[in-house]
Amino acid sequence: MQAVLRAAQLCKGFARGKSRVEALDEVTFEVRPGVVTGLIGPDGAGKTTLMRLAAGLLLPDTGSLEVMGLDVVSTPLEVQASIGYMPQRFGLYTDLSVQENLDLYADLQGVDPRARPARYARLMEMTGLAPFTGRLAGQLSGGMKQKLGLACTLVRPPRLLLLDEPTVGVDPVSRRELWAIVYQLVEQEQMSVLLSTAYLDEAQRCAEVVLLHQGRVVGQGSPDAFSRPLQGRTYQVGHPQLGRRRLQAELAAREGVLDAVLQDAQVRVVTQTPGAPPQRGEEQWQAVAPRFEDAFVERLAVPHPHPVQLPTQAPGEAREVIKVAGLERRFGAFRAVRDLSFSVHSGEVFGLLGANGAGKTTTFRMLCGLLPPSGGQLQVAGHDLRRAAARARREIGYMSQRFSLYGHLSVAQNLGFFARAYGLRGDYLRQRIAWAMREFELEPVATVDAVELPLGYQQRLAMAAALLHEPRILFLDEPTSGVDPLARREFWARINAQAEAGVTVLVTTHFMEEAEYCDRLAIMASGELLALGTPAQVRARCTGADGVVPSFEEAFIQLIEGHAA
Amino acid sequence: MINRRLRALLRKEFLQVWRDPSSIAIAFVLPVFLLLLFGFGVSMDARHVPLGVVVERPSSVSESLVAAFRHSDYFAPRPFLSRQAGEAALQANQVNGLLILPQTLDEQLSTGQGAGVQLLLNGVDSNSARLLQGYVRGVFEGWLARQQAARGRAGATVEAQPRIWFNPELRSRNYLVPGLMVINMTLVGALLTALVMAREWERGTLEALMVTPVTLREILIGKTLPYFTLGMGGMLLSAGLSILLFEVPLRGSLWALILFSALFMLTALGMGLLISVVAKNQFVAGMAAIVSTFLPAFLLSGFLFDIDSMPWVVQLVTHIVAARYFVTILQTLFLAGDVWGVILPNAAALSLLATLFFGLARRQLHKRLE
Repeated sequence: MQAVLRAAQLCKGFARGKSRVEALDEVTFEVRPGVVTGLIGPDGAGKTTLMRLAAGLLLPDTGSLEVMGLDVVSTPLEVQASIGYMPQRFGLYTDLSVQENLDLYADLQGVDPRARPARYARLMEMTGLAPFTGRLAGQLSGGMKQKLGLACTLVRPPRLLLLDEPTVGVDPVSRRELWAIVYQLVEQEQMSVLLSTAYLDEAQRCAEVVLLHQGRVVGQGSPDAFSRPLQGRTYQVGHPQLGRRRLQAELAAREGVLDAVLQDAQVRVVTQTPGAPPQRGEEQWQAVAPRFEDAFVERLAVPHPHPVQLPTQAPGEAREVIKVAGLERRFGAFRAVRDLSFSVHSGEVFGLLGANGAGKTTTFRMLCGLLPPSGGQLQVAGHDLRRAAARARREIGYMSQRFSLYGHLSVAQNLGFFARAYGLRGDYLRQRIAWAMREFELEPVATVDAVELPLGYQQRLAMAAALLHEPRILFLDEPTSGVDPLARREFWARINAQAEAGVTVLVTTHFMEEAEYCDRLAIMASGELLALGTPAQVRARCTGADGVVPSFEEAFIQLIEGHAA
Repeated sequence: MINRRLRALLRKEFLQVWRDPSSIAIAFVLPVFLLLLFGFGVSMDARHVPLGVVVERPSSVSESLVAAFRHSDYFAPRPFLSRQAGEAALQANQVNGLLILPQTLDEQLSTGQGAGVQLLLNGVDSNSARLLQGYVRGVFEGWLARQQAARGRAGATVEAQPRIWFNPELRSRNYLVPGLMVINMTLVGALLTALVMAREWERGTLEALMVTPVTLREILIGKTLPYFTLGMGGMLLSAGLSILLFEVPLRGSLWALILFSALFMLTALGMGLLISVVAKNQFVAGMAAIVSTFLPAFLLSGFLFDIDSMPWVVQLVTHIVAARYFVTILQTLFLAGDVWGVILPNAAALSLLATLFFGLARRQLHKRLE
């Protein structure tokens, strides 16, 4: 069968300030009809640019692009008439109701009014939006908006469906529902789908994967074809005495080991060559099946020259650093957080997980002393936040989702500013800045403006700034969103080093695999605590009658759905 | 002409306007607010101006002169006992001018010599000072004429008999209010379209719209018609207020007022469309709309400041300010009547500008994102 999309030597660059960024660099690939093709790559890989080129919204610099056998450059209107395109922000009119949005797009797409009732009924059934047709789109939840956006794209059944990161910012439950719809479209309407995503774990759901990294195609094939070469190179490693973080740090630095990440109480390892693993001492190595992410790391990893060092000295005895009891926050009549109780110990990495609107951010802000609680107890580093917020804040390092850097100050100037803002002076100030430069390897970019740094470096700088005043507690709000998996690994290595040094780390994330990196975590839904414990405990709680322990994501979905029911 | 796609766009736009009242506020509340603010606040007339009077030697003559000032609506004379006290008041800005009747006034008058009366003016605001000077002279001359008549010594002098056309009472409101309407509607028209198009860019809805078979012409018409309706509503409201509240006479015909207002509204909307097609961001578009329409309309339309007395470079620039033409049209329609010789050339200029703005907006808008 003929390919539904064919790109050859496609190049597209954008001017950014004085320099020029090549968003796509000699991209060549084909999309097969009748299956889901995943366009996978971290943020900034060029996925959105590629989608917009395919939808005829951008012009390529060089190279050719054919969609449904038509040249997109010379016949964009014809191409647009045969595809459906859902942009990242779905293009919904929030002031219009669900039905009005559907009608608008049906009119614009020229759908025959006689064909509409049947089509609407089918779309509403597929998306489960039937009970909400009168509701304004702006008042739908994030997942429902996504589904409505998809429905609007589908009012006129397209032959090729382009979905630009449809699962980003959507909780795991909605994500699974969206995938179910996509499969239905492929199977029942013989649609071809090109779907872009930054979640590597979604590769497994695609029939074919195009892996994009920094504007280049790094590989194309079935997900299995990616991971097959890694057969015999992936292991789960445990150690009876060593803590899992120390074990991971040791393994990561070991000759012959390509990748080491935390999973459960153990460490997941990818070796550089198949065959006998470089086993040592009391370690227990157990072979496991490779997954797509391993292939990504294998293809792109450059061995890190200076692995992050864990402190040699073990921290003192663990103490209770954060204590929350019966915490409540109201906004008017709405209770954003209610009856929340947990405690966190020193040197612990504690995760806060939940769907959008679960109350994570509100909780976080209360813990940092940015938002006064409406009720309950809240102690941070021995200070009652309701009375001594300022004193408690001195013990806190905070890194926000947007990194809060001054874009037009250099790295050194940013560090200098934050150090002074925290009241550092004289020798101590110079000493801490030197420490940050060394520890986070910022010397080579010391004079570069923050805005021009790659995202991974910005993240490092933000973390360095948050640690300048040697806080005992570090708050990280979605620190890894938008950062590629390699930078994410390095980032977690640094978090682990801090935790081993006795710093308490509180982190929110929407990457389910990152939940595994936490020592303990709390799952929230509509302001309440659903589960509290180690990742293994949470998973064990959701073990079905068949005795199979679910993945963390499955466990999460189960908990959320159980709560909604 | 109006196909299903355009109808769908129009319906969408009206629903949005209805549900998000910010457009309605811009169209109706903003012009009324501005009209009331400026209409009552800005006045070029001198009324009850505090004028210090120092009479160095009171007499029947000086008394009748002071009375002449007191009887005038323009002045509120304040007596001072000494020149020093009067000058202090002038310095403290308690009076706008100081009139000094010298000791020798009576003698000079009776001997037939010319009489000297000193007038000190606060010249910080040169316009007001000049205005005041004129009014003082007017009162003075009137008094002098009456004095001469009373003494039966009316000489055979040539007397100018002014008759003021179009605005016989010289009410500054009569020409300020139509000018204000222009300023308001320039801002309102540009803001309406500047914000709505930029909003679609910001919310990402335009990206979804662009991949549908909708044409750019339909998008532009779909954005213009609803806000034209709103803008004309605001325009008529302003006209109604001007006539009923500010009692500005409408000497021209109503249909001409509506017709040329519609023409101007199109120009302003076109300007807004052009801004938002280029700006793509509500904040920038809003700022651009204010800076590029409101300020030039205020300064360069001839509404407050006479264009003929500007340097020639600035005069040249005023030709691309749409408000300039509409100020002339409205002042003519309100105060003079349907004077086609004035209205038609200005209307032609407006049509040209409207075509230019819409043409540029159409050229700058692509079915692509770059």
